[in-house]
Amino acid sequence: MGIEASKSVSHTEDHAPPSGWRRWIYSTNHKDIGTMYIVLALFAAILGGAMSGVIRFELMFPELQLVQNVQFYNVMVTGHAFIMVFFVVMPAMFGGFGNWFVPLMIGAPDMAFPRMNNISFWLVAAALILLLMSAFVQGGAGTGWTVYPPLSNADYHPGPAVDFGILSLHLAGASSILGAINFIVTIVNMRAPGMTMHRMPLFVWSILVTAFLLLLAIPVLAGGLTMLLTDRNFGTTFFDTAGGGDPVLWQHLFWFFGHPEVYIIIIPGFGIVSQVISTFSKKPIFGYLGMAYAMVFIGVVGFVVWAHHMFTVGLDADTRAYFIAATLVIAVPTGVKIFSWLATMWGGSIDFPAPMMFACGFIFLFVVGGVTGVALANSGLDLAWHDTYFVVAHFHYVMAIAAVLSIFSGYYYWIGKMSGYQYPEKLAKIHFWLFFIGVNILFFPQHFLGMAGMPRRIPDYPDSYSGWNFVSSLGAFIAGIATLLFFFIVWKTFSSNQKVKSNQWGPGATTFEWTVESPAPFHTHEKLPEMKSSL
Amino acid sequence: MLPEARRNTTTAIMLLGIVACMVGLAFASVPLYKLFCQVTGYGGTPKIYVLNEDVQASGAFINVRFDANTNAKLPWIFKPKKRVVKVQLGAPKLAFYFAQNLSNQPVTGTATYNVTPFKAAQYFGKIDCFCFSEQTLRPGEQTLMPLEFVIDPKILTDLNTREIKNITISYTFFPVSKKANQIEMDKVAGLHRDKTQL
Repeated sequence: MGIEASKSVSHTEDHAPPSGWRRWIYSTNHKDIGTMYIVLALFAAILGGAMSGVIRFELMFPELQLVQNVQFYNVMVTGHAFIMVFFVVMPAMFGGFGNWFVPLMIGAPDMAFPRMNNISFWLVAAALILLLMSAFVQGGAGTGWTVYPPLSNADYHPGPAVDFGILSLHLAGASSILGAINFIVTIVNMRAPGMTMHRMPLFVWSILVTAFLLLLAIPVLAGGLTMLLTDRNFGTTFFDTAGGGDPVLWQHLFWFFGHPEVYIIIIPGFGIVSQVISTFSKKPIFGYLGMAYAMVFIGVVGFVVWAHHMFTVGLDADTRAYFIAATLVIAVPTGVKIFSWLATMWGGSIDFPAPMMFACGFIFLFVVGGVTGVALANSGLDLAWHDTYFVVAHFHYVMAIAAVLSIFSGYYYWIGKMSGYQYPEKLAKIHFWLFFIGVNILFFPQHFLGMAGMPRRIPDYPDSYSGWNFVSSLGAFIAGIATLLFFFIVWKTFSSNQKVKSNQWGPGATTFEWTVESPAPFHTHEKLPEMKSSL
Repeated sequence: MLPEARRNTTTAIMLLGIVACMVGLAFASVPLYKLFCQVTGYGGTPKIYVLNEDVQASGAFINVRFDANTNAKLPWIFKPKKRVVKVQLGAPKLAFYFAQNLSNQPVTGTATYNVTPFKAAQYFGKIDCFCFSEQTLRPGEQTLMPLEFVIDPKILTDLNTREIKNITISYTFFPVSKKANQIEMDKVAGLHRDKTQL
């Protein structure tokens, strides 16, 4: 402890960041760790995107073309889901933007536990490597991201691939739990003077809610995964009927984690979009407290709706009635958020640079996905739509493309602060339109396919589904081109020499990160800023 | 330690406590889930009755159908003696399943069971059943396995169940799961599963 204390004293002196690989591998700096998370997310996005490319190439026409081994297709579906959920969206929003901007926004010099922050990141990196390894051993894990037994047990996945996947999720989960603890402690204990909980920026609120969801949900997944691991390897029968277990118990455990998980993905997006819309409408957010507590409410209710993912397992009528009602209730706080964003824009002096366009696109996509969600919440309809492309379209609208739009919104909003360089505005707008049109062409027709009964996770389909599948694949290619354009924009930004000022967005940008220079220096807020005006 | 650092550590330890509780809950869910199913008849889990005088026979009847399944790894014939019986509500009823071991070595099996429609399960009371314990059959042995049950007449007064005319009780016989050490031994002998196949 003595060494620790003397180190922390020397930290208060201004010194240059450590150079070379040490700066990154040993990093305890919240900005560097945030940057590493974002780089990891970009790298994983290429992998996950390539896998979705395989899926859409295969589904462009009936019969099997690209994919001859259907287990390979299953592995692509599984890998795409795991990578996008655990290694793209979560690292980008929670680990990336969260690490970068929570300390900056609350006026803290760094996270509460900088070394724990380092291990959080490297656990995710290790988890990604384990997951990739699982795809290359004995046929890979083709279980879908839900890993339902009996498909995931030793009879149907005898090789070690699923075990690799389980251990990967254990590591990613441990990382998330440590990250969540770090964020909660930072937000609860290290706010600048004057910044009460009710005056924190909404992005900070969103990370706080997300951290609590992780803290409560991930251990349940870890417990379930451990049971699955022992079922597979050590002869226990938690999920094996022959030994008195029940595979439906896995579904309960998985979805008790899985439903909060989808909010873990989207709630930081709510936070980003709230900051962006407030900034470019040049107004404080409409109904600030309602917005904050809507996120809290969504988080709480998210824990008591899990069985709406399993209406088809044979729940009785009363149980289904409860889960329908509880699920529909979520539309209320979500509606509060949507209308508050619109009300923030209403009467504002609105600018439409790229981040604002992405934020508006987010609202549109989230409403479309929300409407199909309200439809799917009804057990009567869900019995017909379960495991069809209607579900695929629904959750891609809300937690995939809406989440990605919020990430792009945050990226363009903050890249000036993170890098010090101005992104090319015109190209960014082209990126928005290409991506927005592409993903809608990609996913909207999947509603029609699902209503017509096309099942998900199957590489082949009858001729009658061929039309919309073709259209959907075209949309995927447009979105793919948009993503390539995005990487070009990233390169263009970093190779430009157009510097930005400390507050590039003008009077609408009121949070603390705009008071430090751009790019944000290695150490910030070493003297605590004081919050004077209210939000 | 600086006071701020101490405060951070305290908060972190509290949060770790929450994590530990959630892990505990996840594992506690296994027995709780079983208990919950038995108490509520959830998922078609029939009740286990101790025969007493509370249940009065009524004049009404319901059809009970018997279903039998055998896991592919169990070399048995297993089927109900009668497919359907008419059962008087409130009166205990005895039924039989036929089983035969087709292999040339003794085999132990155990049966799982449920009742459909699921909502009828809470009124389907098992008094005694071959499924309460493991059954061992010698090579070629044939046997009749008894099941004694009673249907609670309250099924007619429950708004959700009074329209039920048929109840199906279904059994699936599994070979008794091998213990972990046996699996290990089989693995050594190359019996358990052939990992080179995939």
